[in-house]
Amino acid sequence: MAMLSRVADSLYWMSRYLERAEHTARLLDVTLHQLIDVDASLAQQRWQRLWEALHYDDAGRGSHDPLPVIAQVTADAHYADSIMATLTAARENARQVREHISSEMWEHINRLYLEARTTCQQQQWRAAPSQFYGFIKSGSHLFQGITDATMRHGEGWDYIQIGRAVERVSNTATVLQAHMNTLQAGWRRDRPQHAEWIGLLKMCSAFEAYCKVHTPEVTPQHLCAFLLFDAEFPRSIRFCADTIHAAISRNAQRDRVQSIQQPQRVSGQLKASLEYGSMDEQLMQLGSFIQTVRLGCVNIDTAIQQTHIAYAIEHSLLNERA
Amino acid sequence: MQHTEMFQHYVLDHAWDEMRQPDGQARVQYQELLRRMSQVNPHELANRQRVADDTFLAQGVTFTVYGHEDGTEKIFPFDLVPRIITDAEWRTVERGLTQRITALNMFLHDIYHDEHILNDGIVPRDLVYSCRQYRREMRGVRVPRDVYINVTGSDLVRLPDGSFAVLEDNLRVPSGVSYMLVNRQMSKRVFPQLFEQYNVRPIEHYGQALLATLRALAPHTNEPTIVLLTPGSYNSAYFEHTYLARQMGIHLVEGRDLMTHNNIVWMRTTKGLQRVDVIYRRIDDDFIDPLIFRPDTILGVPGLMHAYRAGNVAIANAIGTGIADDKALYAYVPAMIRYYSGQDPILNNVETYLLHDAKQRAHVLDNLASLVVKAVGESGGYGMLIGPHSTAAERAEFAARITADPRGYIAQPTLQLSRAPCIIDGHLEARHVDLRPYILYGENVTIVPGGLTRVALKRGSLVVNSSQGGGSKDTWVLYEE
Repeated sequence: MAMLSRVADSLYWMSRYLERAEHTARLLDVTLHQLIDVDASLAQQRWQRLWEALHYDDAGRGSHDPLPVIAQVTADAHYADSIMATLTAARENARQVREHISSEMWEHINRLYLEARTTCQQQQWRAAPSQFYGFIKSGSHLFQGITDATMRHGEGWDYIQIGRAVERVSNTATVLQAHMNTLQAGWRRDRPQHAEWIGLLKMCSAFEAYCKVHTPEVTPQHLCAFLLFDAEFPRSIRFCADTIHAAISRNAQRDRVQSIQQPQRVSGQLKASLEYGSMDEQLMQLGSFIQTVRLGCVNIDTAIQQTHIAYAIEHSLLNERA
Repeated sequence: MQHTEMFQHYVLDHAWDEMRQPDGQARVQYQELLRRMSQVNPHELANRQRVADDTFLAQGVTFTVYGHEDGTEKIFPFDLVPRIITDAEWRTVERGLTQRITALNMFLHDIYHDEHILNDGIVPRDLVYSCRQYRREMRGVRVPRDVYINVTGSDLVRLPDGSFAVLEDNLRVPSGVSYMLVNRQMSKRVFPQLFEQYNVRPIEHYGQALLATLRALAPHTNEPTIVLLTPGSYNSAYFEHTYLARQMGIHLVEGRDLMTHNNIVWMRTTKGLQRVDVIYRRIDDDFIDPLIFRPDTILGVPGLMHAYRAGNVAIANAIGTGIADDKALYAYVPAMIRYYSGQDPILNNVETYLLHDAKQRAHVLDNLASLVVKAVGESGGYGMLIGPHSTAAERAEFAARITADPRGYIAQPTLQLSRAPCIIDGHLEARHVDLRPYILYGENVTIVPGGLTRVALKRGSLVVNSSQGGGSKDTWVLYEE
C-alpha cells in the first residue's frame, strides 16, 4: 500500500521534534551540571554558548539571570523551541498518523506528553530539573526502542530514521558551532579548556564513546574528528549522513526507481564528503565545513519535499497517463 | 449485607428499569451480574474504574470538546456495569431496524427520482423541498446498488412499558461506533470471568463488516482503493476516524490529500498519485466540495461532486441523506414504512408534534413546560429545550423561535428513558440510558449485535450526549438460551 505524502511528512516531523526535545533536555542538563563550582565570568560564557546552541536570541535581555530563560526553553508551551512545545508537536504529529505507527508507539508518546504537560503546568520540574530532563531523554530513547521493536521496518520507518538523523546532524553541527571559540583557542595550544570540551562531548552524549576511542585525553582535533567523521558513533555527523542515505536508498529500491532521484543524489553527496573527508583538511576551515554540512541537510529536506511530499501535480498526472 | 449497602441509593420510579422488575427482584439476565457485583468491595470497584479511565486517556480514546482552549481532549466517561439485552429483545430490534432502514433508503431513492411518495400525498412536498438537507444536486443521480445510507446509527429509547422506540435516525455521519468497540475490550478486561459466564454475542467483526459494505460500493474494480475522509485531528471524532481506518487497513485522508482531475479522484502518495474508488466520508455534505456546497471551507475536495455524479467514485453515505433524518420528516417514517413495504412498523416512533400545523403548534405553545422541543436540523443535543428542566425565560425564547420559524422545530413529550445500573461513588445507582445500534447497508443489511449504550450520568438528567456530560457502557446482547 502506498503511503500518503502527508503521512510521510508527519512521521518525519514526529521524529525530528522528539529528537529535538531530547537534545534540548540534554543541553540544559549538561549546562546545569557544569555550573557547579565555577566563577561568574565562565558561567556567563557557558550560558551564551548554550543560548547559541539552542537558537535562543539573547539580545535585548537586560538581566543576566539565566533562570527565566531556562524556564522558558523547558516548560513554556508557547515558546516554539521549548522542550514542552517540541514534545507537543511530536505528539501531535504522531496523533495525525496513529494508524500508521504501532499502538505501543502511540501510547508511549502520548503518556510521555501527558506526564510532561502535568509536570510543566504544575511547575514540578523546578524542584528537580535534572530529573525532568532525564525523564525526557529516556522517554525519547524508549520511543526509539519501541519503534524498532514494534513497527514494520518499511517506508514509514525509514522516514522516521531520516527525520531523526537529519535532526541529529543539525544539532551536532549547531553545538560544534557554538563551541568554535573554545575549540580554536585549544588549537593554538595556548589555552586548554578541558571542561568545555568534555561538556561539548556530553552535549552530544559522546563522552563515553569518545573515551573508548581516544582515552579521556580530550584534544580539539580528536574531538572534532570524532563528532564529524566517526563511522560508528550514532550522533556523529558521518554516521547520521550514512543513516539518511541508506534510508533514502531503501525507499528508492522499494519504488524500483531506475534513475537516481534528487534525494538520493544530495544525501549521497553529503555522505561522500564525510566519508572521504579528514581532519587535516578541515582543521582550519571548521566553520565553513559545518556550514556545508548544514546546507547539505537543507538540500536533503528540500529534495524529499519536492520528490515525495509536495510535488507538482501536473508532472505526476503525466506519469499516470504514460 | 453488602448487597443492601450496594443498593441503598438505587431507587425505582416509573421509568423502565433494565435490571429490576417493579417488585424489586432482579431480571433473570441480570442475576449473575448482581451476584458478582455484590462480592466485589466498593474500593475494588473504584480502583477498576480508575484503571479503565487511565487506560482510555493513555490510549488517546478521547473526544474534543469545542470551545475549550486548554485540555481539549476528554475521555468519554465509561461505566463498568454492562447493559444486558436478551436474545428475544434483540431480535425485535434487529427486525425493526432492518425494516426501517430499508424503507428510509427507498424513500431517499424515491424523492431523488420519481417522487411517488410525494405524488401520492403520503409525505407533504413542501416539507421535503423546504428541508435544508435536501440536495437538488442529487436529482437523478444513480448511487451504487441504489443504497444511500451505508452506515446508520439510530437512537433507540426504551419506554416505560419496556418496548423500544426510535427517537432519531442518524443518516448522515453517525459517530460513536469506536466507543462501542473499545468499551467491549475494556469490559472484557475489567470483568473477564463475568464476561465468560455470559453468552455474549461478539461485535469485534464490525471493522470487517464495514469494509465489506464499502467494498460492495466500488465502481468498476475488484481491487478498490478505499479511504476514510476525515476533517482532521481537530474534529471531535478524530479518534474514531483513526481507529476505524486502522481496523479496516485503509488510508485515513484529509481533503488536502485528495484532488480531482477529469472527474477522477486522486490521492497524493509518496510514490505519486493513486486513484481513489470509494470514500467513507466523515464530513458533512456542506463541507465536502467547496465548488458545489459551502465555498468557505478547506476541509473538502474541489470537484468531488462532479467525479461522484460521473460515477467515478463512490461516497458513503451518499450525498443528501440528511433529508431523511430531518426531525419533521421523522414523523412520517411510519407512513413511509407502510407505503414502501406494506407492513406495520415493528419499532414505533416517539409521538411528535409538527409545528407548521397550526393546531399542533397551539397545543405545544400551551404545554412547553412538559414537552421537549428540538431544532430539526441540529444534532448532538444542541438546540434543545427540555420543558420540565427549563426556566420561564428559556421557554419564552423557544416560543418566540417557534413562532418565527415553525418548520424549524418539532416537539415531543418528555420521555422517561429506561434506566440501568451505574457505579456512582462505589454504589449502584440507576441512570437513564439510550441505545445506538449501527446498521450497515451494502449488499445487504448487517447489524452488529448491540450498539453504544449512552448514559446520562448526572442524576435525573435525560441528556446522554457526550458533549453534554453523558457517558457510555458496554452492551451485551446474549445468545438464545
